[in-house]
Amino acid sequence: MNARATAVPNTHPPARMHLFVAFLTVLIGALCGLLQAFVRAGWIVLPNWLSYYAVLTVHGVLLALVSTTYFIFAYLLAGNGATLGDLSRGQKRLVVAGFWIMNVGVVLAAAMILSGNASVLYTFYLPLQAHPLFYIGLALFVVGTWAVSAGLLAQYFAWKKAHPNARTPLFAFLSTVTLFLWWIASLGVAATVLFQMIPLSLGWVRGVNVELSRTLFWYFGHPLVYFWLLPTYMVWYVNLPKLIGGKLFSDTLARFAFLLFLVFSFPVGVHHQLTEPGIQDGWKFLHVILTFMVAVPSLMTAFNVFASFELTALEKGQRGPFGWMRSLPWSDVRFLAPFIGMLFFIPGGIGGLINASYQMNAMVHNTLFVVGHFHITVGTPVMLTFFGLSYWLIPHLTGRTLTPWAMRLGLVQTAFWASGMLLMSTAQHALGLMGAPRRTDFTTYQNHPAAERWFDTPIANYATMAIGGALLFVGAMLMIGLAVYLAFFAPKNAANPDTRTAFPLADAADPHPQPAFLENWRLWLTLTAVLIFIAYTIPLIDIASHGAPLVRGLRTW
Amino acid sequence: MTIHRYEKIWLTFGIGALIVFLSILGFTAFAEGHTPPGGVLTIDPQLIDTVAPWNAPGVYDRGERVDVYIVGQVFAFNPNRFEVPVGKPVTFHAVTKDVVHSFTIVGTTVNMMLIPGYVNQATYTFKEPGSYLILCNEYCGAGHQVMQAEVIVR
Repeated sequence: MNARATAVPNTHPPARMHLFVAFLTVLIGALCGLLQAFVRAGWIVLPNWLSYYAVLTVHGVLLALVSTTYFIFAYLLAGNGATLGDLSRGQKRLVVAGFWIMNVGVVLAAAMILSGNASVLYTFYLPLQAHPLFYIGLALFVVGTWAVSAGLLAQYFAWKKAHPNARTPLFAFLSTVTLFLWWIASLGVAATVLFQMIPLSLGWVRGVNVELSRTLFWYFGHPLVYFWLLPTYMVWYVNLPKLIGGKLFSDTLARFAFLLFLVFSFPVGVHHQLTEPGIQDGWKFLHVILTFMVAVPSLMTAFNVFASFELTALEKGQRGPFGWMRSLPWSDVRFLAPFIGMLFFIPGGIGGLINASYQMNAMVHNTLFVVGHFHITVGTPVMLTFFGLSYWLIPHLTGRTLTPWAMRLGLVQTAFWASGMLLMSTAQHALGLMGAPRRTDFTTYQNHPAAERWFDTPIANYATMAIGGALLFVGAMLMIGLAVYLAFFAPKNAANPDTRTAFPLADAADPHPQPAFLENWRLWLTLTAVLIFIAYTIPLIDIASHGAPLVRGLRTW
Repeated sequence: MTIHRYEKIWLTFGIGALIVFLSILGFTAFAEGHTPPGGVLTIDPQLIDTVAPWNAPGVYDRGERVDVYIVGQVFAFNPNRFEVPVGKPVTFHAVTKDVVHSFTIVGTTVNMMLIPGYVNQATYTFKEPGSYLILCNEYCGAGHQVMQAEVIVR
């Protein structure tokens, strides 16, 4: 054994376990996505025992809520291990316990969905009433994430205590912001699941306040998308500059952008509720303004990432306004996949501004436009980054190597995903503008002319969506095949089987000492709390004071 | 904390664009009255069949304007076919008797959520006569895809 082999941190086994579950859930979720696209196009009819809405619930729950969380924890565990070192015994116990609690929760929820007892979609809006075990599964999943997060946060604070004068490694800092964001966000969904959904489904209460539940859900639902995005940005900030042989343009601005995301991701949830009663116009508008504020750290991130690319090119001697593009490693899937994700994020971000634009929201709310939007945000920038990440993270975690043919197949896999998403999301955006509803089984609305357009307009039709879905499915299956290969079959490093591909950590080009206020958690958490109080106190008091009757739960499927 | 000059330009442009966007939204909302659907009127879903005007949903022509009362339930709207005049402001008032639905008229800006316990409303003036498709675009159960209605504009 050489020195490097023994330096493998003890975060690797839990990271591998998380990654394994992540890919398993992608497998099932992608299959469901394929079925949905084909059903809506009218190409197939599901057998009687399989409901479209159960399939849709599996797709949303597994891909949006479950696989993302496991990917993120795998990545944070590996990166914290690479920058902060081993977990203590207690921290490791928390992480492993959390992982198994999450698994139990996912199995319970999945069993209820697949047995037809929880066709409530991944938003599980009340008063739809699923089987109690579905909600208990959700609650266990959230509790599990709290345990994993607690283990990693404890590791950070222990490291901080042991290194009082050292600057926290960028990865560990960003990881800590991400975990704080998750903790604070999950309180909202935990509140409605524990105090409204579980009591209702067990028959302990006769009714619930639906608008309160929706407001708590969206207090959680929007920061949730930042919980997916922040680790994606971490790959772009911390790993990509190293993978292309360069440096991060600005370490300080990366930290600052993350803190702004933390602060601004909460007081915005009402922009998902713009077309519903119970919240007054002024409060809706305030949430719209604060939603737009998130554009500031987003623009900072775009600048920082692309400046890093350009800086690298300049150091390699490229000149001219577009010279930097020549020096980027286009045939390296570890770079190409996240880069394509970034390109998709440009229309994705613009679409987000449209969705959140107050009165304009009524044009697109709950249409396929929204589905197109989140497939080119979480479905592409986030997923392609996690896929691109897997091409080096799995070798890093298993000690195997990314072989040249696996790299080439990875490029093919990325091409399938990108082209499939381009077709599917274009069709979805256009169909949404023509009024096609989201989350709806095959229907022609009794051949109403307005609905027939969704089937026969060139490009903007359900068939295009289904072709895109098929390409995406091939991309997902190739990815899973490659992940299995890299995890279990790829050759070990021939020269020295004990060495590992390093976790790529970029240096920063700005060596300035970082201002102390950036790591003043009391300051940033207080600021976050203040904005949450400003944005939510009066709307919640209003909802309580309207005295809307409590509504009983119903199983309508 | 130093910020590169180009980044300052980039952020100034970005924040400037945000201010322009938000000013336009705010102006059309509060000066021109283009606000999203909403309201804080409450109603007990179990009393919808017994209290006015919900016990007699339909079209009420008030002269200058028209009120339409709509009751949503799994998996239908009541009324499911009605007529309104072209060129007159029509206010749709809608409630649900059971789970969350939406009241959405394809090809218009009428698209609102029906939340059990509340009344929602939106106003629209039809400019073109014809048959408009009304549908529910919030998942409400096994028959969600058959929940539809039609408004004839004359």
